[in-house]
Amino acid sequence: MSIFIDNDTTLVVQGITGRDGSFHAKQMMEYGTCVVAGVTPGKGGQKFENQVPIFNTVADAVRETGANTSVIYVPPMFAADAMMEAADAGIKLIVAITEGVPVLDMTKVYPFVKERGSRLIGPNCPGLITPGRSKVGIIPGRICTPGNIGVVSRSGTLTYEVVYQLTRAGLGQSTCVGIGGDPINGTNFIDCLAAFEKDPDTQAVAMMGEIGGTDEQDAARFVREKMKKPVVGFIAGQTAPPGRRMGHAGAIISGSSGTAAEKIGAFEAAGIGVAKRPRDFVDLLRERLA
Amino acid sequence: MNIHEYQAKEILRRVGVPIPPGRVAKTADEAAAIAREYGGTVVVKAQVHAGGRGKAGGVKLAKSPDEAKAIASKILGMQIKGLTVHQVLVTTAADIASEAYVGIIVDRAVKKPVFMVSPAGGIDIEEVAATTPEKILKLPVDTRYGLMPFQATQLGFFLFDDVKKVRAASKIMQQLYTAFMQTGCSLAEINPLVTTPNGDVVALDAKMVVDDNELERHAEIAALRDPTAEEPSEVEAREASLTFIKLDGDVGCCVNGAGLAMATMDLVKYYGGEPANFLDIGGSSNPEKVVNALRIITSDPQVKSILFNIFGGITRTDDVATGIVTATKQNPLKLPIVIRLTGTNEEIAVKILKENGFSAMTDMDEAVRRAVELAKGGKAA
Repeated sequence: MSIFIDNDTTLVVQGITGRDGSFHAKQMMEYGTCVVAGVTPGKGGQKFENQVPIFNTVADAVRETGANTSVIYVPPMFAADAMMEAADAGIKLIVAITEGVPVLDMTKVYPFVKERGSRLIGPNCPGLITPGRSKVGIIPGRICTPGNIGVVSRSGTLTYEVVYQLTRAGLGQSTCVGIGGDPINGTNFIDCLAAFEKDPDTQAVAMMGEIGGTDEQDAARFVREKMKKPVVGFIAGQTAPPGRRMGHAGAIISGSSGTAAEKIGAFEAAGIGVAKRPRDFVDLLRERLA
Repeated sequence: MNIHEYQAKEILRRVGVPIPPGRVAKTADEAAAIAREYGGTVVVKAQVHAGGRGKAGGVKLAKSPDEAKAIASKILGMQIKGLTVHQVLVTTAADIASEAYVGIIVDRAVKKPVFMVSPAGGIDIEEVAATTPEKILKLPVDTRYGLMPFQATQLGFFLFDDVKKVRAASKIMQQLYTAFMQTGCSLAEINPLVTTPNGDVVALDAKMVVDDNELERHAEIAALRDPTAEEPSEVEAREASLTFIKLDGDVGCCVNGAGLAMATMDLVKYYGGEPANFLDIGGSSNPEKVVNALRIITSDPQVKSILFNIFGGITRTDDVATGIVTATKQNPLKLPIVIRLTGTNEEIAVKILKENGFSAMTDMDEAVRRAVELAKGGKAA
């Protein structure tokens, strides 16, 4: 078991002929992900790497291949439309890697996708990986190893850093999910924590949050009230100045709200182990699994 | 991206919001000429990206062109929250009977733009929200339908009793919403929205913050950016497609990825140092970016040591190494540098660095600790 993706994942790559899309489609295929289709309007009928059929629309791809998951590498101005196209075609899990999607676009995408019963992960995220089985997105496969730690994060490279340290310490992962750094995203910490709590292969969760918003505070309440499995958390941006966007569109302290101190306080109150540095995850998780 | 009050007012005028006439001046003489043209009392307002301009003395009434000139010469060049005033807005003064607040902000919790209106206008809305929340009406808008007429009416009735004023206010709500969506804002505010003794409803101040991600589709809005209103190093970084924020410490940081960049700054602090900046070179592999990043970091005279922390995923660490070598050949480094890189093409990167006299670390904690020591005057290895 795992969360969101496994051996049954059949993937359509939206934007498969673009620079990022083609590079990562190959990487996912090499990792063993079942890539069944690609979509690039105007290139329907062609094949990617002589094996994956390309379609003009997601609806065509779903009808012909039965794809149940999509990953989006299209440019930011077209990404919102791509997410809605996937949901409308009946895709159950949509993973939007694209960075730079206007937040007002997301105010339309979010309810549209919800109403169709699909799950959206991202945008502006590295995607997810169930080590040894399936990878959807851009997380480097070689830093992961199968195991029982669930990983969820708002970041990309910080996730790689932590996963790499876990792997080196012999702590494998059930699934690693990057939920993205934008102010409005499809899947939040609670969605992932709830899934990890139910997943028999996950025994503990590592959670990497950052300044901005209240997602971590809400997650802390969920951990306290609903979770039995141990959780260890980290908040990036303890030294960030207020009012400045720290790279991620969502990483901004507004007024006095969304600070690292507020989030760490919420973690402590919920009994979440607080990693002061990325490397602290290893010892804190080991203690909780002992 | 922040835009100035006069620019926001221009956008709102175009959609029909009633706003007293005003023009921007860069010199005291220009300000006097505008005041003479309008006649009567004018308001001279500092144009800077900072709140609390009134309290700082950046907003003053002038009863004559001479007074406008005297006031403008005082305000121009003034510092408000560390920002220099380069322009003033000269606008006709309005008689005020009452002041209200109207704003729209993208609320990440409800995932929609939310209207906030309050009859207690003219003051800090966060303060009203904290002390008298019953004086604020919040109304989320589904952007797929837009602001519906009944919602605009609800907002109008929360501010006024008189139907004529309610209608005028509702119309302004629709216009503000239109401008908010067309411009791609994350925030738009009219504070205050005033009534005059004649019963007119007029916008006296306007603020807009545009979502940077929208600028690609709004070239005319992107052109409103005022580089003189920002930190020069941040302007240079943006032009080089880097995300850079200047801080007050002495360890210059160069990292790939925003989360890791923040975590690196935090770790500098953890080991007793102070980060000089936030700098994310992004995911793409481009030695040129590294060259630009190094130039920007080393142009800060406070920086005492330089720390690279690169986790190669999409970023190829050999590209970063090449960038470091190229940059330091162009401009030999006067400061100690600590390079930590791991991941994609790490072996090639280490080889490139060694051949050029640099050493590389693989552990993030060790690298950060070393960079902090060096900033404090520790000897280079």
